[in-house]
Parts: sequence; C-alpha cells; structure tokens
Amino acid sequence: MELVCPAGTPHALRTAVDIGADAVYCGFQDETNARNFPGLNFSPEELREGVSYAHRRGTKVLVAINTFARAGGTRLWQQAVEEAVRAGADAIILADIGVIGWACRTFPEQRLHLSVQAAATTPAAIRFYVERYGIKRVVLPRVLTVDEIATLIAAISCEAEVFAFGGLCVMTEGRCQLSSYATGESPNMNGVCSPAEHVEYRQEGGELAARLGGFTIDRYPEGQPAAYPTLCKGRFKVHGKAQHIFEEPASLDTLPLLSALRKAGVRALKIEGRQRGKAYLTATVKAFREALNALEASAEPVVHDLGRLTEGGRGTTGAYRKTWR
Amino acid sequence: MLPRLPLELAAYVMMRRILARNPRLIARLGTHASKRFAIDPLDCPFVFLIEPGADRPRLRVLDSIEPGQWDARIAGAMIVLAGLLEGIYDGDALFFSRDLTIEGDTAAVVALRNAIEDSELDPGQLSGVPDWLAPLVSNSVHTLARRFRSLLGAPTGAGPSGTDLR
Repeated sequence: MELVCPAGTPHALRTAVDIGADAVYCGFQDETNARNFPGLNFSPEELREGVSYAHRRGTKVLVAINTFARAGGTRLWQQAVEEAVRAGADAIILADIGVIGWACRTFPEQRLHLSVQAAATTPAAIRFYVERYGIKRVVLPRVLTVDEIATLIAAISCEAEVFAFGGLCVMTEGRCQLSSYATGESPNMNGVCSPAEHVEYRQEGGELAARLGGFTIDRYPEGQPAAYPTLCKGRFKVHGKAQHIFEEPASLDTLPLLSALRKAGVRALKIEGRQRGKAYLTATVKAFREALNALEASAEPVVHDLGRLTEGGRGTTGAYRKTWR
Repeated sequence: MLPRLPLELAAYVMMRRILARNPRLIARLGTHASKRFAIDPLDCPFVFLIEPGADRPRLRVLDSIEPGQWDARIAGAMIVLAGLLEGIYDGDALFFSRDLTIEGDTAAVVALRNAIEDSELDPGQLSGVPDWLAPLVSNSVHTLARRFRSLLGAPTGAGPSGTDLR
C-alpha cells in the first residue's frame, strides 16, 4: 500500500519525502484547497520546487484542489489546476464535478483523483466519475467498515485510498454546513473549517472557554484535554447536561487495521494533518512506514503509540470497526 | 531581578538570524507580520514581546505584560516553547494537552506557528559559528535540550503524554 503523507509547507514536504513517504499531498495558498489556513500551503513556485525535490527522490506529489468552485468564480480553480499540471503533479485531487470535467477536457493526460470531499461511497457514484472523467483513484469517505470497503473495491475499476490517521469530523464530507452556520465560511467553499479569524480562547474562572463566531462551544476545566474549535467537537446542553452531541474528540488510528485494509484491496493510506507540525509528521510517517514495511515482510509489526498526538488524547478505528449499528 | 538587556540582545540577534536565514517567513505571516506576539514562558520571570514586522523587527523582554500590549499571547513552560521552536513538539498536541495556552488573535498564532514550521531553525546555523562547526553546535544543543527535558520530566517524543511540564 502506498503511504500518502501531508505537506502543509515546503519544509514539511521535504521532511515527509526524506522519512519515507511514497507520496505527499499539498495545496495552494487560497480557497482552492480544504486546508486554507493562515501561513500554510504552497505558492506555485514553491510547488514546482517541491515536486522537483520529491521526484529526485522517487516520491510522488498529489495536489489537492478539493473545494467547490464558486459560481462565476471558477477561474481560480482552473488556474490552480493549470499550476499543478505545470509543476508536474503526479495527480490532482478534485472534488467539484465542474472542475473535474474542465480538468479532464483540458488536460486529458493528467491523472485525477476523486477527493473525499466528493463523498462518493457507492459503486454507481464512483463508476460515474471513472467512466465519465477517467478518475484513477477515489479517496473514500470515513463512513465505511472494512468489509464494506472490500465489497466496494470489488465493484469498482479504480484504485481506492483511505484515511489512516488523523482528525475526524462528522463524516458528511463535502456537505457539512456546521462551520458555515457559525462563521459564514466552510471547508467546502472557503477551504477552512472554523476559520482561525473566528476562533477565540479565553481563560474564564479557571476554565478555558472556546468560542467560534461568538458562540461558546466548550469550556475546559483545568487539566482536561482540549479539542479543535469546531462545532462538531463542541459540548452543548441537552436535557440540562453538557455533552458532545455530534462526536467526541478523538483521532483516527488504523495501525491495528493495516492487514485488514490491505486484504480489502486498499491501494493507498492517507495520513491527515497538513496543518500539523514537523513533530507530528515525523512521528506518524515513521510509524506507518515501519508498520507497512513489517506488513510487506510478514514480520512482527513494531508497536507505536501515537496517542500523544491525538485530539482529546484518544485514538479510534472509527467507522472501519463500526460498533454502533 | 535578572538583567534584561543581555537576554534581550541575545534574543534579538537570534531573531534577526532566523529572519535572515528564512526570507519566506515574513511572507508566510502575511498581514500578521505586523502583529504583536507575547511569548510567555510561565516558569520564567520575563515575557518576550515580538513584532516581526515587514521592515524592522522588534523584540523586547519585559517583566510582565498586560492584555492591551499584545495582539496574541502564547504561553507555556520554557522547555515546551523551546521544544516547539526546535521542532520536537507538535503545537496542536500541546494545545490538546493544555501544555500550551493561546489567547487573542488566533489567526495570528496559527500564521506564526505555520511560518515557524516552514523555517530552518538549526541551532548551529543560527549560532553564528563557522559552517564546519555548526553540526557540532547543533548536536550539543539537541543533546543538552534532551537532557533538560529528561531532567524536568518533559516528554521526549513528538508531544506531551500528560506530564505536567510547569
């Protein structure tokens, strides 16, 4: 299985390449990618340098242009595709069907992947993208069990990539409006969930209050683990009791499932976290590289504890090992 | 009371070297380059007030600082802040574990974190010694920092493990 690693900056790209990524994924410094955070991402020049660095070491570069184009403003997304092609990207990860159609017509030789943001979870949906637009790989939404993934892969003709580690959200990828509700901006349209400009942390009476768009979404008593300032991880009063009503803060960790995912026919594993630092990147890439090498060699897997890097201090196998139905 | 001037001078020289070796750092900060960042080592009797600025960076060492003096404040134990700069710790993980506190302009903090993450902050290169000596200085600094973390019970990996670092 191919190990696909996040690169939020050129330095992260070089780090991921040097420590064993088979591919890295990255995006431009604008709303065309779903990690449009301050200080993050690549200029076109930085992408060209990054692709050159990666290719010299045999690593692929996948460029995420995975937000939905604005009506009347599609040129920005087209320019991003042009820059990615010019830089020599090995694949472009797209979500918007209009951008996919344009990229397919304009650059028929360019390899295209279907972003998780497109939320394609059925053989019929995926076949449509493959037959109509020549999509070579689908990144599967994080809603399927390993058995369901195996069944799905058997019914499609393109490669399947799944998330292996990192942040989780409410799993309506490409359709979640929670951030929009509180801030007017969303990962789908603006490339950022809970934009930092709308986030405020304040110490109040021994608690850390987290606010998003003026709404208090959680209060953390001293010593209690904090979470990302997203509505889906917030605690709200229901029947008089403050609780997580969408999901509890936890990070996906598939280290115990690698063998099952390989058997299911998964072609690539993606580590989430372009917004994370070098320390996170180094630890996660090393852990998965070693685990995959051990799997290939049928050797005893090296045990890694990535718990210290997880949100809420907890790892989960999420929907892959679904226990709630 | 510690003499502030030598510390301020040393920190200022270090900041200038970081900016000189990482010309893209200011560009990554974008409009946040003109913000005032309070870097507050909670276990030390001083606070750094940094204004990266596009033209003329400023750095001051103060005894204490009031909310009106900064746009964004980043606070944690000195060993944690140093580990962040060294790339040993992950900022998000430190935030999750509450070993790092941020206040004020969250976007400015995120921009600063990402700009630093993209930078080459090799202690040897930044120390001003000749290039041939730089690896020796870097190794010594990393070894010393590792021993300090061990001595203080700070985590040795990429993030905290629940240990109280203060």
